[in-house]
Amino acid sequence: MRSRDVRRVVLAVFVTFVSAPLWAQSTDPPAPPEQTPAEQTPPEQTPPSPPPSPEPPAAPPPTEVPPGAAGAGGPSGPLPTYGPASSKVFNPDIAVIGDFLGAIGKNNSDRATPSLELHEAEASFQAIVDPYARADFFLTFSPDEVGVEEGFITFTSLPANFLVKVGKMRASFGKANQMHNHVLPWTDRPLVTQDLVGGEEGISDAGVSVSRLFPNEILFLEATAEVYRGESPELFRAPTRGDLTYVGRLRGYRDLTESTNLDFGGSFAQGHNDAGPSFKTRLWGADLAFRYRPLRRAIYRRLILRTEAVWSRKELEGGVVNAFGAYVSGEYQFARRWFGGVRLDRSDRADRPDRQDQGLSALLTYWPSEFSQVRGQYRYTKYANGIKANELLCQLLFSIGAHGAHTF
Amino acid sequence: MRSRSTILALGALLAASLPDAARAAGPLNVVTTTEDLASIAREVGGDKVKAESLSRGYQDPHFVEAKPSFVLKLNKADLLIAVGRELEIGWLPPLVTQSRNSRIQPGGDRYLDASLTARILEIPTGQITRAMGDVHPAGNPHYWLDPENGKRIAKAIEGKLAAISPGDASYFSQREEDFEKRVSDAEKRWVATMAPSRGTKVVTYHRSWPNFAERFGLDVIGYVEPKPGIPPSPSHTLELIQEMKRQNVKIIMVEPYFDSKTPNSIARETGAKVLVMPPSVGGEKEITDYIALFDYDIRLVVDAIKQAGAK
Repeated sequence: MRSRDVRRVVLAVFVTFVSAPLWAQSTDPPAPPEQTPAEQTPPEQTPPSPPPSPEPPAAPPPTEVPPGAAGAGGPSGPLPTYGPASSKVFNPDIAVIGDFLGAIGKNNSDRATPSLELHEAEASFQAIVDPYARADFFLTFSPDEVGVEEGFITFTSLPANFLVKVGKMRASFGKANQMHNHVLPWTDRPLVTQDLVGGEEGISDAGVSVSRLFPNEILFLEATAEVYRGESPELFRAPTRGDLTYVGRLRGYRDLTESTNLDFGGSFAQGHNDAGPSFKTRLWGADLAFRYRPLRRAIYRRLILRTEAVWSRKELEGGVVNAFGAYVSGEYQFARRWFGGVRLDRSDRADRPDRQDQGLSALLTYWPSEFSQVRGQYRYTKYANGIKANELLCQLLFSIGAHGAHTF
Repeated sequence: MRSRSTILALGALLAASLPDAARAAGPLNVVTTTEDLASIAREVGGDKVKAESLSRGYQDPHFVEAKPSFVLKLNKADLLIAVGRELEIGWLPPLVTQSRNSRIQPGGDRYLDASLTARILEIPTGQITRAMGDVHPAGNPHYWLDPENGKRIAKAIEGKLAAISPGDASYFSQREEDFEKRVSDAEKRWVATMAPSRGTKVVTYHRSWPNFAERFGLDVIGYVEPKPGIPPSPSHTLELIQEMKRQNVKIIMVEPYFDSKTPNSIARETGAKVLVMPPSVGGEKEITDYIALFDYDIRLVVDAIKQAGAK
């Protein structure tokens, strides 16, 4: 029964995304290409020119390399049609982000971080694949492993407001699970992530994600359904092929005023856990974020209040264990380069709901420029086994290469 | 289990029943990244288009938040017009990816980069690095502040609109000609008003004004920002004050979205006047369209030059 369902699911997803590009192709014939990037500086027109009569468009000039590219090590002059130089223009946007972490203070738990480490170096490669898709790769190099944090193709030209991603991805479960380390508003991940949602890696697996937008006048509404292989370290195990992980998410968003908005969602995840072949873990999540950013002072002021709660139901040898965890966090930008923040943490351990981790953090962040960031986090943690830790965590983030977009 | 199959079946049904929209005939939905482009699109499109800007005129167009509500606007767009030259690189690409609108994707036939036919200044030559601040490798994106470029943008929009609805081509062409004529007439007036002050030395906060300065004969001798995107530093501010005193600079032009604290203290030291100059339509209530933008800014500059009595 179950495997037949699984097959049906996989088939439906497959049909959706295989047929769609063809469809897009047939309904939207590829239009003639946009004007070739013409000369950068067309000849000056004299200001009081008479209304021009419709003149025949000039023949498009050959593709010129923008003058700035020449000095930056790129080719110059008209591009050759063949040869190694022409492939350079199609190179993906490349960026590398360094995440350097330091820790001072006492932490005798098994979760203590080293005094100094290059916690992660993330290389990103992003480009358009063809008229129907784009691809994004994020490779991470951490002290003891090299991995593909994410590597997926996104089909952007599907009909009926669908968006399909295929590859290895961070699953759309809540908010923090989708964030890469360098966009977190903290130096670490909340306790609830570590205890219930798979630690730093989180729910991150190979699979297919289908999401649909439901346009309406009242709010932004997006539903996402995902199927994964079933292997997320610390959380899901797939002893057999049919033991897939399923993730679903419904996200809403609404502007309250031009400066304030509300972002909310509910998530669900299910997969097999490591307790045995027939034991499952189910997670439910709820998240809410309020943002304030006055448009006139957008580069100087902002306030973000966010919270996320996760309920876990884990089947174990001795029965079902229910656990709950949540965090509440606030960040306030008080100057162009300065942010302050607070986070409250609380989470049961997934196997031992009678044991609870608790934490409190205060943060201060400084932005020398858009491309680097210094952050200090004072963290007090009371671990489930009674160990108490008082730490100062310091982080230096720096990025080189292509200018990435800021996630919302 | 069964419910999941049902949901997927429903999804497949939806996919089948809603092919990419026989969008109702009516005004074309034009979405622009800035209010200047929206204003020009309205001039050209008349009542055949409904143009809406994602950012506001009093907002820094480099730092717009990629709000999901913008995804909804892009989802319905018949045409997306961007300033280009990487002005929107920090926020537009993810919105376009999520828009589920195949036609406005990069390379799509409903995407217009308004900079392609414009006169672009400050295209870097030689090696560029981020040591120079947040430089725009494809040139200065504030090119709409030259009315000649406004006309070029209008022409490009006309071409695009005519391609989208060929039946209205003559309507767009006639409106575009009318707009060009009105801009040209106004430009003669602006240039004449500015003529006595040609060569006036000014300082600006960000490098937003090279096209404006070139067209109307202002001489930008320095910037409050030490480098593009880097906030003012004490040492740079001191150097700037000395340079302004040496060259007798009496005007500081500040975009409305920047903090006026440093410009004000520079003004106190040098006796210069701080002008809060909106670089975009909507930057002030009375700046309702592209021509009114120059009317407002030119009046501001001319009055200030008269008051300061400086050249």
